[in-house]
Amino acid sequence: QSGSSLRIVSAALKQGQITPTELCQKCLSLIKKTKFLNAYITVSEEVALKQAEESEKRYKNGQSLGDLDGIPVAVKDNFSTSGIETTCASNMLKGYIPPYNATVVQKLLDQGALLMGKTNLDEFAMGSGSTDGVFGPVKNPWSYSKQYREKRKQNPHSKNEDSDWLITGGSSGGSAAAVSAFTCYAALGSDTGGSTRNPAAHCGLVGFKPSYGLVSRHGLIPLVNSMDVPGILTRCVDDAAIVLGALAGPDPKDSTTVHDPINKPFMLPSLADVSKLCIGIPKEYLVPELSSEVRSLWSKAADLFESEGAKVLEVSLPHTSYSIVCYHVLCTSEVASNMARFDGLQYGHRCDIDVSTEAMYAATRREGFNDVVRGRILSGNFFLLKENYENYFVKAQKVRRLIANDFVNAFNSGVDVLLTPTTLSEAVPYLEFIKEDNRTRSAQDDIFTQAVNMAGLPAVSIPVALSNQGLPIGLQFIGRAFCDQQLLTVAKWFEKQVQFPVIQLQELMDDCSAVLENEKLASVSLKQ
Amino acid sequence: MAAPMLRWVGRGRLWTFARVDGGSCHRRGAPTGSTSNRIRGQSSVAQQPLYTTQKPRKGEHKWAAVVGLEIHAQISSNSKLFSGSQVRFSAPPNSLVSFFDASLPGTLPVLNRRCVEAAVMTGLALNCHINKKSLFDRKHYFYADLPAGYQITQQRLPIAVNGSLTYGVCAGKKQSQVIPKTVRIKQIQLEQDSGKSLHDDLRSQTLIDLNRAGVGLLEVVLEPDLSCGEEAAAAVRELQLILQALGTSQANMAEGQLRVDANISVHHPGEPLGVRTEVKNLNSIRFLAKAIDYEIQRQIDELENGGEILNETRSFHHQLGCTMSMRDKEGKQDYRFMPEPNLPPLVLYDATSLPAGADPQQVINIDQIRETLPELPRVTRERLVQQYGMLLEHSFTLLNEVGLLEFFQNVIKETRAEPKKVTSWVLNTFLGYLKQQNLAVSESPVTPSALAELLDLLDSRTISSAAAKQVFEELWKGEGKTPGQIVSEKQLELMEDRGSLEQLCHSVMEAHPQVVMDLKEGNPRAINKLIGLVRKATQSRADPAMIKEILEKKLSS
Repeated sequence: QSGSSLRIVSAALKQGQITPTELCQKCLSLIKKTKFLNAYITVSEEVALKQAEESEKRYKNGQSLGDLDGIPVAVKDNFSTSGIETTCASNMLKGYIPPYNATVVQKLLDQGALLMGKTNLDEFAMGSGSTDGVFGPVKNPWSYSKQYREKRKQNPHSKNEDSDWLITGGSSGGSAAAVSAFTCYAALGSDTGGSTRNPAAHCGLVGFKPSYGLVSRHGLIPLVNSMDVPGILTRCVDDAAIVLGALAGPDPKDSTTVHDPINKPFMLPSLADVSKLCIGIPKEYLVPELSSEVRSLWSKAADLFESEGAKVLEVSLPHTSYSIVCYHVLCTSEVASNMARFDGLQYGHRCDIDVSTEAMYAATRREGFNDVVRGRILSGNFFLLKENYENYFVKAQKVRRLIANDFVNAFNSGVDVLLTPTTLSEAVPYLEFIKEDNRTRSAQDDIFTQAVNMAGLPAVSIPVALSNQGLPIGLQFIGRAFCDQQLLTVAKWFEKQVQFPVIQLQELMDDCSAVLENEKLASVSLKQ
Repeated sequence: MAAPMLRWVGRGRLWTFARVDGGSCHRRGAPTGSTSNRIRGQSSVAQQPLYTTQKPRKGEHKWAAVVGLEIHAQISSNSKLFSGSQVRFSAPPNSLVSFFDASLPGTLPVLNRRCVEAAVMTGLALNCHINKKSLFDRKHYFYADLPAGYQITQQRLPIAVNGSLTYGVCAGKKQSQVIPKTVRIKQIQLEQDSGKSLHDDLRSQTLIDLNRAGVGLLEVVLEPDLSCGEEAAAAVRELQLILQALGTSQANMAEGQLRVDANISVHHPGEPLGVRTEVKNLNSIRFLAKAIDYEIQRQIDELENGGEILNETRSFHHQLGCTMSMRDKEGKQDYRFMPEPNLPPLVLYDATSLPAGADPQQVINIDQIRETLPELPRVTRERLVQQYGMLLEHSFTLLNEVGLLEFFQNVIKETRAEPKKVTSWVLNTFLGYLKQQNLAVSESPVTPSALAELLDLLDSRTISSAAAKQVFEELWKGEGKTPGQIVSEKQLELMEDRGSLEQLCHSVMEAHPQVVMDLKEGNPRAINKLIGLVRKATQSRADPAMIKEILEKKLSS
């Protein structure tokens, strides 16, 4: 059982072993101590404390709202939060304070969760490192873990450790760092091509992307509407299921949500036996760029299932290799369209130029967006031109259908869940990461995650083991559409088998009492 | 800029049935037949009137104009197409704007059921095929009153296609004959309206009002089957009546609920079509006709003088009565259409495809809407002709004037007078007074009941028709008197008392010995003068035939 999970602290709250305000203050102090991680863009301290106070009253009156009441959570800064600045890590939205809550945020608040703050990301979620936002890169807490530091000491080539910190992956890196550094118990990310699963893998977390249509996108500032889903980052599978239970369901404000496809609540049974399961291993995911460590863990995981009686099959997803280029066309086209509203008129940044409306638009957008965003807008508009539409956009849509059908065929062949790597390797140092540009990085890093978004399937990255360098490596499970619960049940079984170690951040913090106390709490509760 | 800009031009007033000053619409020849196979109902199809320049020269070609229309009708609905904001005309600026209407990031469209039903209903009334599955697209352009940077519309697969609209145009010497014509409807699509920009040139700023942003529109696209302003005007007027009858749009052009863009080109018959221009934002039927005819003539003149027609957008300057290039498109605008990813396909059902146990709140049944279709103007006119024996053109007039049909029917309901009499009084006297004073039916000082009572008095021969005119004039003053009161106050009853009439004749003859002399000397027409004098003395209350009879008797005695 990993450290202090949401489920455990929730039990502690119910038993009165800790109050929501105490919990909130502990997390706030950890946020301050880990400020250098740059996980948060906005810390909503006052809001959180007020929510904690209200939660405390409810607990006192025996009117707790459920498992999430009093639980500190963080939200990626591309979800609209009423009265709290929402920037998308872009100059364009600096100072923009939405007048409404995203449905998922509202649902968390309705369940009594405490909103600790808004987390860092790549500008408008365009990236795979959480390095390309206007507020600077997010640092991976594992850079400062005992596990990683000890390994580095053994390496004679390691340079000055302070400049050698690792990226979190992205684009939901802030949310991943926030959960990983114990500043909250769950965080919302968004996942368009892997933006939740990728940083989850690099930060040793569970990163869950629900089926498209299961969770409302209303209030999520879009990257690619047809692929975006709110993602969930937690320290264990059960926690992800609790949060999913709070978020899932149709939303009249999002016409793409599906009416009651899943029974609630999401109670995950503990699988005693996997012998009735069939695990598919897509052969196309064995790419040359895959690190040997990840490959070996992947194969060990398959062996584990097989040895426990599951059927493990090699399957083919033949159109996988077209995924990246297809995604590029569809993503940039939707980006070009979605970004059109940022013109400086209604909200957000506006330049000083007022010679004409057109000049104002141009300068506002030049100043407001970074190169990555502008580059995608440019390509997207190119693909949408009348003369190019058929050759690019329509073709890409056809390829997307083929990719989605690959999955349908695999599942129709009897496979319950697919098992794949989440990333090519463990997290790399920032200085290494920025040697390549954003586009190259995104293309490389989304390779195992992106096709899932094209097909709208649920997928989850589960931390498996530490690499030789002492860094987390995750593997991905992909399920049938709207079989999210089955997927998480398998993931939970797997999680229990691998016993991924808790991050040891004691050396990082001058005063690590908070974390330790939480861990004590955990052990207390477990004895109950 | 391609965005529509609405400029207010004062209230368009009571435009009557398609009649265009100086219109040069000449029809000739048999139907071309190119479209007749597809068109239901009326046999006539659009024919191309031929234009000549003002000074015909030797060997000159005739010109034919080709006109197509795109008509935007605001859907009559309490809320907008994709948001819950209210729809109301002339509300304070930016008071009806939801987060979605202002395109706040993260907001999503939610389709308004009422708007879909209105589109289906309109499609059915216009003989369209209703697509059971239709799609929404984004049309991109930057404009200050388009906050999302794109408009959600139905470009690829609209909700209704392949319909037809039958309308009538005036013909004959006195423009008193109505010829039915048909224009094909290419498609009807649902789309969002934009906001409004108010340009303050003095302070060089633009003010934006988003109240209209996101209001549901029906874009009705007509095939280029029209050939002149008059036809276009008549077709639009008919569409307006249909929309109003359906209640799917108030279609008030003065309030911008109905706006028309016209695509116009000219060519020589038998040769390929010419380059077309688009005249945008025509917001009265009169201007529509004028603009089209002006533009046709301009293109002909341009070509005759060796010039060329540019594929451009033009606007109509209503004061100067001409079209002018808007010079707003730098090269060709590419709208970069893309499927709207936030709206699933719009699926409609009919009785056969309706899934069992479907929640009636969640599905739209085309057959059910078909059953609720009201009587359409064409049918109303046929009924009027049959029921009341009126001429077809009279039925057109009754429907074209807002409220006139209702007025007519109320009079009919309350009077014993013959329908023909009622028709004549309503269309000649009543409408004449309205026109003269530039009033709408709703502003009339004479109520249907008053007119009905007046016609009863006439019908019972209580008053002469001349006296009836007098009573009407009194009624028009709006002093609240009933016709009966006016008749008795002014003593306008017919003089039934033969004795007093004989007395009156006698005194008139005595007073005008000259005239009597004239008559006796063999000028028979002089009697008319005497009759006139007697009538005048009776204040038109006496039957002229009786006067004549009495006079003749006296003269011969």
